[in-house]
Amino acid sequence: MSHDSGILTVTEALPRGVSLWQDAWVRLRKNRLAMFGLCFLLLILLLCLLAPWLTPYGYEEQNLRLGATSPSAAHWLGTDTFGRDLLTRILYGGRVSLMVGFIATAVALVIGVSYGAIAGYAGGRIDGAMMRLVDILYALPFMIFIILLMVVFGRNLLLLFLAIGAVEWLTMARIVRGQIQSLRQQEFVEAAISLGLGPAAIIRRHLIPNALGPVIVYTTLTIPNVMLLEAFLSFLGLGIQPPASSWGLLISAGVETMEEYAWLLIFPGLALSLTLFALNFLGDGLRDALDPRTSKD
Amino acid sequence: MWRFIGLRTLLAVPVILIVITLTFFLVRAAPGGPFSSEKAVSPQVKAALEAQYRLDQPLFQQYLSYLGDLAHGDLGPTFRYPGRTVNELIIQGLPVTAELGLYALLIAVLFGVLAGVLAALKPNSAQDYVPMSVAMVGICMPSFLLGPLLVLVFGIWLGWLPVSGWGNIPGDKILPSLTLGAMYAAYIARLSRSGMLEVMSQDYLRTARAKGLPESVVIIKHALRGGLLPVVSYLGPAFAGLLSGSFVVETIFQIPGLGRFYVQAAFNRDYTMILGTTVFLATLIVLFNLLSDIAAAWLNPRLRFQFRKAQP
Amino acid sequence: MGLTGVKLKGLVLVLLGGLLLTSCGGSQQSQVAAGNLQGVFHMGNGTEPQGLDPHIVTGLPEHHIIQALFEGLVTKNPTTLEIEPAVAESWDISADGRLYTFHLRHDARWSNGDPLTAEDFRWSWQRALTPALGSLYNYMYFGIVNAEAFGTGQITDFSQVGVKVLDDYTLQVELKEPTPYFLQILDHYSTFPVHRATLEAFGSASSRLSQWARAGNLVSNGPFVLSEWQVNSHIRVEKSPYYWDADKVKLNAIVYYPTENLTTEERMFRDGQLHFTNSVPLEKIPTYLKEQPELIEIAPYLGTYYYMINTTRPPFDDARVRRALAMAVDRKLLVETVLQGIVEPAYAIVPPGTLGYDPPKLFSYDPEQARELLAAAGYPEGQGFPAFDILYNTQESHQKIAVAIQQMWRQNLGIDVGLVNQEWQVYLDSQENMNYDISRRGWIGDYVDPNSFLDMFLTGGGNNKTGFSNPRYDQIILQDAPKVQDRDQRYALFREAETLLIDNMPIIPLYTYQSSHLKQPSVKGMPTNIMDYYNWKYVYLDAQE
Repeated sequence: MSHDSGILTVTEALPRGVSLWQDAWVRLRKNRLAMFGLCFLLLILLLCLLAPWLTPYGYEEQNLRLGATSPSAAHWLGTDTFGRDLLTRILYGGRVSLMVGFIATAVALVIGVSYGAIAGYAGGRIDGAMMRLVDILYALPFMIFIILLMVVFGRNLLLLFLAIGAVEWLTMARIVRGQIQSLRQQEFVEAAISLGLGPAAIIRRHLIPNALGPVIVYTTLTIPNVMLLEAFLSFLGLGIQPPASSWGLLISAGVETMEEYAWLLIFPGLALSLTLFALNFLGDGLRDALDPRTSKD
Repeated sequence: MWRFIGLRTLLAVPVILIVITLTFFLVRAAPGGPFSSEKAVSPQVKAALEAQYRLDQPLFQQYLSYLGDLAHGDLGPTFRYPGRTVNELIIQGLPVTAELGLYALLIAVLFGVLAGVLAALKPNSAQDYVPMSVAMVGICMPSFLLGPLLVLVFGIWLGWLPVSGWGNIPGDKILPSLTLGAMYAAYIARLSRSGMLEVMSQDYLRTARAKGLPESVVIIKHALRGGLLPVVSYLGPAFAGLLSGSFVVETIFQIPGLGRFYVQAAFNRDYTMILGTTVFLATLIVLFNLLSDIAAAWLNPRLRFQFRKAQP
Repeated sequence: MGLTGVKLKGLVLVLLGGLLLTSCGGSQQSQVAAGNLQGVFHMGNGTEPQGLDPHIVTGLPEHHIIQALFEGLVTKNPTTLEIEPAVAESWDISADGRLYTFHLRHDARWSNGDPLTAEDFRWSWQRALTPALGSLYNYMYFGIVNAEAFGTGQITDFSQVGVKVLDDYTLQVELKEPTPYFLQILDHYSTFPVHRATLEAFGSASSRLSQWARAGNLVSNGPFVLSEWQVNSHIRVEKSPYYWDADKVKLNAIVYYPTENLTTEERMFRDGQLHFTNSVPLEKIPTYLKEQPELIEIAPYLGTYYYMINTTRPPFDDARVRRALAMAVDRKLLVETVLQGIVEPAYAIVPPGTLGYDPPKLFSYDPEQARELLAAAGYPEGQGFPAFDILYNTQESHQKIAVAIQQMWRQNLGIDVGLVNQEWQVYLDSQENMNYDISRRGWIGDYVDPNSFLDMFLTGGGNNKTGFSNPRYDQIILQDAPKVQDRDQRYALFREAETLLIDNMPIIPLYTYQSSHLKQPSVKGMPTNIMDYYNWKYVYLDAQE
């Protein structure tokens, strides 16, 4: 392979990539559910981030005499049994839930992508060994291990991220490895090798960007799973520490009083469910948009 | 094919050994012992208790004797319930959880496939959005929210169905099965939708249509068969996941299943029971993964060939 | 696909049909209505019982079942809590109050028809005290001469213990000191008799692995016999034909359901699945009181909810700090809001009304004085106060209280408190090792006597765990009070001890417990009492209601 043609292929790969993203964006914009999901998600993120400036109350500020009141002008979504403003608690709880969702997914992303990329790029024996390890880990009863971990080491947000991230990276690794394997055999990679680029640079500059589509899709679908997992742990009393809150914790508390104080269940429930809906729709939309096979129709 | 099965089975043994070892030492590292009590426990009493359960031996020796017992299929006595063995509790809880899981899976497959196929027939239309949104309720609503809501509506307000229990009162199995099934219906709906979409764009369907077969025949006889393949290979892991993931539903509805035993054991520091259930569930999961791989390989000749190629 | 498709379809149909059939068959009559007609009592019973061996178990759920299966020498009247004869027809007490002679009734039998004799008690008590068994309640016997020495392995000859069989139906017990509450202890399940032949048939009598206390194996001497036990589902006991007082027993069966989740339990009650619940979710109480007061029962309970302070850790080694914390808690507000007004604020450890004992009230809610005390201790307006945590076991209600108190201390004293919840076993471990700053704790009396609360705080006591130590206090509880037979004199001593305790403030009393239950109108003969004690032979169901 000549020096020239190598450069040609490498530079060719870029505009092809850009137009792929533009194409995907056009397709995504046509998907109304996905766009609704994206907008809703951005709105919720913004609200949660701006929480301290949006409400006059603190999330742990109590008014025991007031107690639980239904929505009113002073408290738009009502108050809980401690007289704490529910809207404030939902916004702050959303920060925790979303943070768990995004950070744990990021952990999974980093581990999964690097592991999968290395395995896929190395190929042969190394690949075989690395993927057998993934197979082994797949067989572990993870939900059980997470419960065990939380019981053993106590309720610790950092541990929660790590534990959840450690579970979710497996599928990510498999996806990335598959992508890399097929990309590796393409000409532009061989060209990059002949240009004298090291494996790390090739993986980082050429392989990962091209495998990004499926990774983004899977990431979008992992976030809701992780948020749900956090909610489950909250239900079992293994989530985050009060007086801080998360949507999962608010819901499991709201369930106990759903007949007396329905709003304490409805609003946190809506917040979590709508966000999960949004993420799932966005993920499905992204898949349709980024996967040329299904988008033919 | 046999070689493939043999290799996978061989691989399962170290997996289970790792699970046992990991769990054994993890549980022992946990703060709080099985005999902590709200009333003071005198040192003599504590020593007597530990002697009864061989906890006075060195940890590594306990590990070895546990492995020895396990080789005979003996998971040991539970610490929480004097006079009962882990084997007996698992044998009691398993059928309940398995039955719950089976009903849930049936419901999930029924609703999931229906929604997925409907959606795939007319993608990006109302016929796509509506069923998929309904199916998605399951993954967007945690079961500890959906369960109590169903109880409130069907149990308390309408008074049609019992609010808890399993096999004690007629009808008490419906709500738990529905709650657990909803979670999986959405995944199955998705899988069957994308599976169907892929199959529908393939040449053999075009050929079938070109031959002038009615659309319903094309879909039922040809598309479903290929399109639902991902669903079939999902069922194995899903069933294993149901078994270990049912504890929330079992807690809400007071069902005497394996999941509840496990969560209670973890909280009570019932060492042998935690180990026993973990080992048992891990074995089940390995087994179901194996079965679903084999089933998928058997159903799909292309995949079978790939497997043969993949094994060096 | 053809063949497999058909098979699969058939399988699906069969399974769905099965689900519907098992589900929708049967009548619409509720469990409670059917139970009223058949004399079957359905009861929510908290957690799954660990076992039914009276010498091994420790919890309330176990207690409720063992109370139906076994019977001690004496029992209690459910209304007055006065001691009534049970296996012992009558008894004599010597003038110095140290020698009890029990005359056993001749018609007492085991549920297999065997006669119940004095030797059964002697053997059972020996078994309960055997160190290898590891009975957590062995200290119940320690008032008997040499029982402690035998129970801790210092002597191995049980004949040296003050328990003598005079003849088949006469049992004599010698006590170290006149213990006014000794008869109450004989109605505690740790002193109930067990059937020797059955135990020995199932292996070593001191083994916890023995299967003798299982359905089908268990032989007992109470009004009911065990007929069914499905772990995590239910336990059923049925009327015993051999019970000496069987004519008085009106229920034909009792079914106990484990109900860990209070919300679920309340729904089961509303759905007509339960006659009686173990508890009532806090949030439901106002609704019931307002709309169906006839279904809810709330009564004072012999227990105190308090925060204990680790006095070995600075700044809590300063009594002024401890007092400031105690005075800065608005118990009235706490009780009225968080606890829905159903409990009483507590200012001492012994609940008021413990058989006529009146605990001293030495302080009240006074944020002003609390701030002064804190300033005197070197923390004006809470400045420089080190960070510390309230420890509680993971549960909604404990969390609510902790959150409220956290807020009160912040507002009244300007100090910042963290909350740490640990699940039960870890929490117990932290308390045991005094690895906490301030920890929530509840104590329920084992018997109706101030001693059941006050002997917790002896120097180095297993239940003390606050670092509190006072020689005068120890002397009152260990030496002075046990020797006194006159009630007023005894109570005066207890009041002196409790004053020492509360002045030192190693604990912050918060409120006196109340028992709360939901009860169907058809349930009769189950009066409320301070011990939340049920005597099953008095209970009956009135189908008319």
